[in-house]
Parts: sequence; C-alpha cells; structure tokens
Amino acid sequence: MEPTTLFDKIWDAHVVNKIEGGPSVLYIDRHFIHEVTSPVAFSGLEGRGLPLFRPQNTVATPDHNVPTIEQHLPIREELSRKQVETLTANCERHKIPMYGLSHKWHGIVHIIGPELGITQPGMTIVCGDSHTSTHGAFGAIAFGIGTSEVEMVFASQCILQPKPKKMRINVEGKLAQNVTSKDIALYVISKISTSGGTGHFVEFAGSAIRDLSMEARMTLCNMSIECGARGGMIAPDETTFAYLKGREEAPKGAAWDKKLAEWKKLKTDDDAVFDTEYTFDAVDITPMITYGTNPGMGVGVEGSIPTGDELAGSDKATFLKSLEYMGFHPGEKLKGKKIDYVFIGSCTNGRIEDFRLFADYIKGKKKASWVTAWIVPGSKQVEQQIREEGLVEIMESAGFALRQPGCSACLAMNDDKIPEGKYAVSTSNRNFEGRQGPGARTLLASPLMAAAAAVNGVISDPRD
Amino acid sequence: MIEKFIKIVSSAVPLPIENVDTDQIIPARFLKAVERKGFGDNLFRDWRYRKDGTPNPDFVLNNPKYSGTILVAGKNFGSGSSREHAAWSVYDYGFRVVVSSFFADIFKGNVLNNGLLPIQVTEEFLFEMFDTIEKDPTAAFEVDLEKQAIRNINKSTELQFDINPYKKECLLKGYDDIDYLLSLKNEITAFENSRV
Ligand code: SF4
Repeated sequence: MEPTTLFDKIWDAHVVNKIEGGPSVLYIDRHFIHEVTSPVAFSGLEGRGLPLFRPQNTVATPDHNVPTIEQHLPIREELSRKQVETLTANCERHKIPMYGLSHKWHGIVHIIGPELGITQPGMTIVCGDSHTSTHGAFGAIAFGIGTSEVEMVFASQCILQPKPKKMRINVEGKLAQNVTSKDIALYVISKISTSGGTGHFVEFAGSAIRDLSMEARMTLCNMSIECGARGGMIAPDETTFAYLKGREEAPKGAAWDKKLAEWKKLKTDDDAVFDTEYTFDAVDITPMITYGTNPGMGVGVEGSIPTGDELAGSDKATFLKSLEYMGFHPGEKLKGKKIDYVFIGSCTNGRIEDFRLFADYIKGKKKASWVTAWIVPGSKQVEQQIREEGLVEIMESAGFALRQPGCSACLAMNDDKIPEGKYAVSTSNRNFEGRQGPGARTLLASPLMAAAAAVNGVISDPRD
Repeated sequence: MIEKFIKIVSSAVPLPIENVDTDQIIPARFLKAVERKGFGDNLFRDWRYRKDGTPNPDFVLNNPKYSGTILVAGKNFGSGSSREHAAWSVYDYGFRVVVSSFFADIFKGNVLNNGLLPIQVTEEFLFEMFDTIEKDPTAAFEVDLEKQAIRNINKSTELQFDINPYKKECLLKGYDDIDYLLSLKNEITAFENSRV
C-alpha cells in the first residue's frame, strides 16, 4: 500500500462521494456552533423547510458576544442579547445540546470541546469560527467554515470541500525555558508568512512538538490558520490519550479500548510525501512578540522591528502603513516600550496552564499602576480550576481581577474593547487593525510575556 | 438558489491595498445581525467613515469617480476570519466580481457560495488594471464566466482564469451546494451505517 499521511487517513475515511473535477463530500463528525455565525444558517434551513439532519452531532455555546462580568444578569447590549436568545431558541427547536451562560460547562467553543472530551482523534470537526483548527491538536481534521457551510452541515451533516495540499512543519530539539508553544506559533508564522500555508493542511511534527502538553498543542494548532493554512494537526499519542481518558464525553470501558486501538493507528507513514515541508530548530525560538498588524509581523523580544529596507513598492507601503497604525518606527527596539492593556484569554491561551504560567510569574509582584488587565478564563471549568488552585488569591494580591468566560477582547464584540491608540499585549491570535476595538494596537504574545508586560508596564523579557 | 452569473461588462473600483483582512472588510462589531441582509452599509466601515460617522472623502467608495460591480484589490485579499459576513457585505454593496492576484482560502470559498466570482489574476494583469482605472475611471472590463476570461477592454488584453468546474457550473446555473447535498441523503445515511 502507498504510504499516506495522517491527514489522508482521516480525510479518506470521511469521503462520502467525490464530484468529478470538483470537491469531495466530506462527512462531519462534530459540528460546533455559536451565536454569531449560526442564526443565518438556521433561518436558511428553515426557509427551505428542512429539519436539522443530525442534531446529536451538534454542540452549541454562546461565547463571541457575551459579557465577561455579571453574567447572571440579562445581557445589556441589545443586539448581543438577541443573538444569544436566537441561539437558545434555535437549539431548543432543533434539539441541539447547548451549554448556555448559566451552565457549569459554559465556555469558548474551542475550549469546551476538548475539555469535555467531545473532540477526539480521527474525527472531522467544523465550526463557523476559523480557530476551529484548535481541535487538530487531538489528531483530528478540524477547520473553520462559513455560514453557508454551517447550513450545509445542518442540512446533511456533510460539506463540500476540495482536498487541500499537505504540509509538514517539524520542530526539532528542546525548547528553552520560558519559551511556550505560542512562541513556536508566532516564530513559525514570522518565518513562513501569513500566506505561507495557504491551500495546505499542516501536520506539526518533531521532538519539540511531541514534548508539548495537550494544552500547548492546542495553542499551536489554534494559530496554524494564521499562516494561511486550512488547519493544523498533531498525531495522537500517549499525551493525547491520557488527556482524554475519563472526560465526560470520552468513550468509557470496552468502547474506550476499542477506540484507543483505532487511535493508535493514526499517524503518518514513514515514507509519506508532503507537498511542502519545513523544519525548524527549537533552540532558535525565543519569547516572541508582534509589532505589526498581522500575526506574521513578529520578532523575538530582544529583537528589533525590521527596517523594511529590502522591501519595495506595495510591500513597502503595506509595511509602513502597518507601522504607522501601530505608532512604531522601522528598526526600533520593542523592549521597554510602554503598554496600556494586557489581555489573557481566548481560545488560544485561555486554558488552565496559561493561567498557571501567568500566576507563577506575577506571584509576589504587583501590576504596573497604569496597566488595565483583563484576565478572562476560557470556560467555567477553567475558572473553577483557577479558584481551586488558589490562583485567584495570587492574582488579587498582585492587583489583578478575574473575569468570567467568553471570547472577550479577542475580537471585542462585547464591551471588552481596547481604546483607540492604546497598546495591548494580548494572548489572543490576531493583531489586525481594529481587531480589539477601533484603533486598538495589539501586540500578540504568550501568557508569560503578557505577565511580564503587566507587571513592568512595558514590553519585557520574562527571562530577565 | 443563488443569482445566476453569466457575463458582466462593468467599470471597476480600485483598492490597491495588500492583505486586506476580513476585519477591514467588515469589523466584528457589525456581525451582530441575525439576517443576511444590510451588510453592504458597513463594507470597509473603518476606512469608509470617519470617527464622527461622516464619509471619509479619501476612501475610494466615497469617490464618485469610481463605480461598477467589479472590485479590484491588492494581493492576499480576504485573509483572516472565516466570517461569511465579509462575502455578504461585498455582495450586498453591489459587487459581483472581486479581482486580486491572490485570495485567502476561506474567503474564496465563501464568496463562491454567495454568487460572487473571485478572479485570481497575475500581478502584471492586476497592475495593468489599476493603471487603466487610474487613467480612466470609466474604463470597462468584461468578465465571461463561460469562457473563464477577463478582458481589459481599453488595453485589449485578456486573461484566462481558473475556477473549479463544479463551482462554475453552480454559478452559471444558479444552483447551490445544499441542493446538491440533499440529493445525496441516501448515500450519506448508508455511509453512517457502514461506520458503526
Ligand atoms: S476566542 Fe477569539 S478566536 Fe477563539 S473562538 Fe472566540 S473569537 Fe474566535
């Protein structure tokens, strides 16, 4: 048999039909939905007079729009409230399990899927949110879809997809202390650019990747789409199985043993060929921070903003426009620059390990007086764990307050908006113009970098 | 059902900026509607309007010189989030064709699902289009989906473009993917049964 990749194995096992010269009909095992990209799909479905084909394969949570304080009160902002109410009504009508704001398992869609064991190796998973790639950390094919595609999955549990090309990104060796998987992500994107992965699905491999915890793998796969890829994945291994075992929706007893045997076969064959392959050395990666308006514009914290001298024409104009938005100059050092806001959270870095890292750093220190910090857990379970582990006390004595779960300042659809012109060190995934509020200036980094910035009030190296 | 797309002859609106991401096309704070309509009003919102809500006269959509159903944009158009609202807003504004030298994947898929044709052209052809429009904002371009060709009428230059044959068929006939998937219900159920 011809050697195949992990991606091929899962993809091929889900093809119901292939259109000659066209896309494949791909069966979807899990469909996550939230309040922003689902309402139009529901009304489309109902407009056609169709039922939801497989409601039991669908899971809903409101996350994008929700406030991160006083969640027990009705949502004040009218349009947000309407979207959440619409989701609730749609889920009731179509019998879709929903983890609403008051549910003990509420949280950001890409946090709760893995946390509840809904996300499993070998699955196909979609959601109307591009960071669905997070679930690829379990050795699943997971990717973001548009609302028309949400409607397709509602109607048929399938979508039409052309098979992407395959890319492997190897990271070999040992990561230095205080270097996280967020730094790997920002490093890789800075090397291959925000369009380097376009048309591809990425498999992350190599010893540095195998050494990552499950949560760190999720951070990396989450960011895979920022290099333009459809998604990223990591072959499941003992770390994956240990994480999954015993979770609410994970298989139990004999069913677990059977699944485990299947999951163990999910890996790329030795001689399988990728369309594109990159290899990086873990020792070259240092704590990263972005200085521009796309996630590829990142450097090591000790580095400087590029001069842009080698750029010409429209590339140069785009580069300068980006720096102008950020209020930075070519060639400047980033370390020591004053910042105004810090955001810890999102489906990129809103898990317990992220808050542990943060708490560990700030322990016994104090938040800089001029910094506003939003500490937003990714889910209720993460919030509870933060409390149980005593991290809240550490945060509070350092001058930080814990908020309630949601997407928050990651896309600033709720009230958590960074004011115009202010600098925010953010653990989220996108630093586009206006992403965190009109005129907001975002610097993407790891929770550790964010902790150091919050304490010192300036961009700092957590290793100092 | 989507609107049938066959042939368009129109002037074009130039947006010679690269890496225009979906947050620029439609900022997240405008994603709150529960219907598909009305997004055109907020297309390129933060470029199009000043902070006080008045139109920014420097932005191309506010310049009466330019009009037409073809949007011509710089490289890597539509990167960023998967929000289909970006495609709806471009369509709702009145565009039927977007030309660029490179498109982000999800955006390309989304626009095709909404009856909007993304045409990927060479850098050279793109620059020539920008140049033509700059010299004559009324210059017309012809897009023929059947022939898969885009023509710069002033310059008499033409370029063949690629489109997936299935998507082409859908656009020409005004079919959408759900009509097709629904015809496969039996196969899908058989597939499910074969896996347990
Ligand atoms: S945290 Fe950000 S990226 Fe993640 S689901 Fe929410 S909006 Fe999307």
